[in-house]
Amino acid sequence: MFSVFRDLIRYNAEFAIGLVLVGLVVILAALSFVSPVDPTAVYRAPLDQPPSLQYLFGTNSRGQDMFWQLAFAFRNTLSFGVMVAIFSRIVAILVGLVAGYVGGWVDRVLMFINDIFVAIPIFPILILFYFVMRANSNAVLLALLMAGFGWPYDARLIRSVALGLRFREFSRQAVFAGMSPVKIMFHEHLPYVMPIIFATAMANMIWAIGLEVTLAVLGFTNLNIPTVGTTLYWANNHSSLVVGTWWWIALPVAIVVIMFVGLFLLAVSLNEYIDPRSRLRRMGA
Amino acid sequence: MTDILSVQDLKAYYLMNYFGVRREVRAVDGVTLSIGRNEVYGIAGESSSGKTSLIKVLAAAIRPPLRIVGGSALYRFTTGDIDIARASRDELDAIRWRNLSYIMQGSMSVLNPLRKVGRIFEDFASRPLGLSGAAFRQRVAQHLERLKLNPNIMNAYPHELSGGMRQRVTIGLATVCNPEFIIADEPTTALDVVVQKDVLGLIKDLQTSMGSSIIFVTHDMAVHANIADRIGIIYAGRLVEEAPTKTLFTAPKHPYTAHLVASLPRIGDTGQRPALEGRPPNLADPPAGCRFHPRCPLVIDKCKTEVPPLETVGPGQRSACWRWRDVQPIAPQRPRVMETVK
Amino acid sequence: MKSYLLFALKRLVQFVAVVICGCSVAFFVSHLSPISPVDTIIAQVTGRSVADPAAVQEMRRTLSELFGLDVPLWQQYLNFLLHLFTLDFGPSLMAFPTPAMSLIRIALPWTVGLLTVAVIITWVIGNVAGGLAGYFQNSKLLRAFGIIAIGIQPIPYYVVAFLFVIIFGFLWPVLPISGGFAMNVTPGWSWQFALSVIQYSILPAGALVVVGIGTWFLGMRALVSNIISEDYVTYAELAGVPQGRIVGSYVIRNALVPQLTSLAMSLGGIFSGTVITEQVFTYPGLGSLLVNAVNNGDTGVVLAISCISIISVAGAIFIIDLLHPLIDPRVRAE
Repeated sequence: MFSVFRDLIRYNAEFAIGLVLVGLVVILAALSFVSPVDPTAVYRAPLDQPPSLQYLFGTNSRGQDMFWQLAFAFRNTLSFGVMVAIFSRIVAILVGLVAGYVGGWVDRVLMFINDIFVAIPIFPILILFYFVMRANSNAVLLALLMAGFGWPYDARLIRSVALGLRFREFSRQAVFAGMSPVKIMFHEHLPYVMPIIFATAMANMIWAIGLEVTLAVLGFTNLNIPTVGTTLYWANNHSSLVVGTWWWIALPVAIVVIMFVGLFLLAVSLNEYIDPRSRLRRMGA
Repeated sequence: MTDILSVQDLKAYYLMNYFGVRREVRAVDGVTLSIGRNEVYGIAGESSSGKTSLIKVLAAAIRPPLRIVGGSALYRFTTGDIDIARASRDELDAIRWRNLSYIMQGSMSVLNPLRKVGRIFEDFASRPLGLSGAAFRQRVAQHLERLKLNPNIMNAYPHELSGGMRQRVTIGLATVCNPEFIIADEPTTALDVVVQKDVLGLIKDLQTSMGSSIIFVTHDMAVHANIADRIGIIYAGRLVEEAPTKTLFTAPKHPYTAHLVASLPRIGDTGQRPALEGRPPNLADPPAGCRFHPRCPLVIDKCKTEVPPLETVGPGQRSACWRWRDVQPIAPQRPRVMETVK
Repeated sequence: MKSYLLFALKRLVQFVAVVICGCSVAFFVSHLSPISPVDTIIAQVTGRSVADPAAVQEMRRTLSELFGLDVPLWQQYLNFLLHLFTLDFGPSLMAFPTPAMSLIRIALPWTVGLLTVAVIITWVIGNVAGGLAGYFQNSKLLRAFGIIAIGIQPIPYYVVAFLFVIIFGFLWPVLPISGGFAMNVTPGWSWQFALSVIQYSILPAGALVVVGIGTWFLGMRALVSNIISEDYVTYAELAGVPQGRIVGSYVIRNALVPQLTSLAMSLGGIFSGTVITEQVFTYPGLGSLLVNAVNNGDTGVVLAISCISIISVAGAIFIIDLLHPLIDPRVRAE
C-alpha cells in the first residue's frame, strides 16, 4: 500500500501538490495542541497589530493572536469536515450497498428517500436548525445534520456499483455457497466500493466545510468557538477591511483556499489513479 | 495483376513509460505479406498474438501508445497508392470508407445509441459517396435491401433493432461505398451459429459482387475454412505460416498450424485431441530465436537462438520453421477410457 | 405516447411526495423553536407603554388565533398541510400583519431570475468548454482553462462572492455591489428599469457563474474522456466521419444526458449557493429575506422560505425529469 503512495507522490504531480497543501494546513491545525493561548479569550493582546516576528499572523480587533486563532480555527474546521465525511460515508455505504444488492422494493423505497433528500435545499434547513438551537448549536449535532444531507449523491454511485456486482459470477457463487447477504455485502462488495468512498470523502469534506464557513460568516453558528467561518464573521463585524486590518480576512481566506485546492487535487488524482482507463491514458501517450 | 496490399517488414510496438518504468510491447514484429484483388485473406491466431494490432495498423486506426516503428503497408487503390506508415492525415481521410473500410467486432456498441440509423449512414458515407439528400437515401435504401433489411430501419434507433439486424447494419455501413478493401475484425464472434452462417453468407456475397478484397480476422478455424481463400497464421507478433485454405488444412508446414487445425472436431471423431503445452509468450519480453520454441514438440537447439525466416515451402505456401519438412498433420488419438476409482 | 404519460404521472406523484415530506420536516423543525411570535409581539407592544392586563389577554388570544397557535400541534400540522396547497403561511412577524407569502412573492422573482440566468450560462458554457477540453486533450489553451477551473472549483460561494465585493467594491468599482436596481429608477415595465436590473445583476450572476463553471467543466471533461474510448466514437473516427460531427453528435450529445441528470441532482446546492450570494450583495431576493427573517426571529417567514425552496427545487427536478426521455431515446423504450 505504501509503495502506491510513494509512486503517486513521485509521478503524479497533482497528488504531490495536493498532499503538500493539505499537509501545511494540517500542521497549522496540529500546532493548536501546543498553543499557549486560550482561543476563547479576548482582549489579551495589543489590538490590530500587523504581522510581525512576535505575532506571526498579526492580531485582530478583539485582541487575539491571529496565529493561534487560526490554528484552532483550522483544527475545528478540519475536524468538523472529517466528522461529516465519516458520518455521511457510513450512511451512503449502508444505503448504497443494501439498495444495490437487495433490490426490489427495498431499493425503490431507499431511492425514494434518496430523491427526497436530493430535492430539499439544505441551506434553509440549516438556517432553521440554527434558528431553533441558537447559541446551543453544537458541532457534533450540526455535523450529523449535514451528514444527513451529504449521503444521497454518493449512495447512488455506490448503488450503481453494487448493482453491477450483484450479477457477477463471484456474487452468485457466494449465494450458492450459502453466504449470508450481510456477509456478501460487507466482505465481497465493500472492497470494490472503497475507492469511490475515498474519492468522494474529499469532495464531501470540501462541501461540508464550505457550508460551515458560510453559516458561520452569516453568524448562524456558535460564535464563541473559533472556526474559519467565525473568524470571518468577526472580521466582518469589526469592519476589518475598512479599519485596515486586512490580514484578519486575507490570511484565513488564503489558507482556506489552499486547503480547498489541496483537498480537491487529492480527490481528483486519487480518482484518476483508481480508474484503470485513465491510468492507461497516462501511459506514454 | 498487382496486389492491392503489400506489407513489408511491418513493425508496430506499444511504447509505454509509466511511473518510471519503460515497456516496449512488440505487438507486430516484422510482418510481410501481400493480398491480391478479389481475394479473401484470413488471419488466425490466439488472443494477444498481435493480430488485432496488425489490423489496426492496416486500418490506419492506431493511437499512442501503439506506434509504427518500421516497415511499410502499401495499398494500391484505383485512385492512387498510399503507404499507411507514411501517409498524412489528409491522405488517410481521403481513402477512409471510400477505398478502405472496417467491420468492427460487436454490433451493439459501434452504433451511436442516440442517433437514428439513417443519420449514422449519413455521418459515415455521405462524404465518401459524394451524395446527399434524396439521392443518398435512395442509395442507402438499395444497399439495405441487398442485405435483406427493410429500408424503414433508417428511421429507427440502434436499440430498437435485434442483434442480427444490427450486425447487418454494421456490415451495410462498411460496404455501402463499395470499398476496394475491407478489414473484418471478428464479425461473427459472439453470434450463435445460425446467425453466423447468415452473416458469413452475406459477407461472401457482397465480396463477390463488389470484387473487393477482405482481410478476415478470427480465431475460429471453422470460419476460415468456410470463407477464406488464403490464410495467414500469426503467432507472437509474427507471421508463421501462410497458405491457400485447402493446403493449410490438409498439409500444414508449421507445428503451431498443425495444432490449430487439429483442434477442429470432425464428424465421427471420438478421440481426444492433444493440447499445446505452455502459454503464449509475453510480447514485452519474447523468447529468443523462434518465438514458438518453448511450446514446440519439434524443437531443436537451433530454434532457441536463430529466428527462422518466412520462406516459400510450396506453391503459394510460406512457413517460418527450421523443421518444416518434418511437420505432419496430427491425427486424433485413440479414445481413452476413464478408469473409475473404487 | 401512453408510456410517456404514465412516466410523467409517476414523476408527478414523486414530486408531490417530496414536497409534502420536505415541508413537513421544515414544519417540525421550526416548531421546535422556543420563540413564540405571540410573545414577541406582546413584548414589543407592552414594552412601550403600560397596558391593561385584560386587553393584553385579548390581544394574546387574537394573535394566537391569527398565527394558528391556539390548537394542539397535530391540528397545527394538518392546517399547515392544507394551507400548503394554497401557499398560505400565515402572517409574517417583521412586517406584521403582512402575510409571509406576500414578502416572498416580492423576493422570489429576483432569486428565480438570477438563478435561471446563472445556471443556463454556467451549464452551457461549462459543458461545451469541458467537452472540447475532453476531446482535444492536447490543446494548451484548454489545459490552461482546466487548471484555472481546478483552482476555483472548490472555493465556496460565499468566499467568491466576498472576493467579488472586495474587488469590484473597493479596488475597481465599476459595477454596483448592492441592491437589485438603481435607487432612482422606478420599478415597472420600462427599458430603464430593465437595464438597471441587468446592471445590478451582473456581479451576483458573475459570482455564481465563476463558482459553477468549474464544476461543469471538470465533470464534462472527465465524462468526455471516457466517452472518446467508447466503440462508437472510435469507429466513427476510424471511418473518417468529419471531426466536427464527431465532437458534436457523438461525444458532447452523448455526454449531455448524464450531465442533465447531474444538473437535477445539484439544483438543491445551486439554490443554496444563490441564496448565499444574494446575501453578500444584498440582492433583493430570498437570501436577504431569509437572513432578515432569522435575525428578527420570524418563524413564519423562515418556514415559508424553506417550503418555497423545496417546492421550487423539486419542481425544477420534475421538469428536468420530464425532459429526460425527450433527449435519450433509450429511456423512452422503458
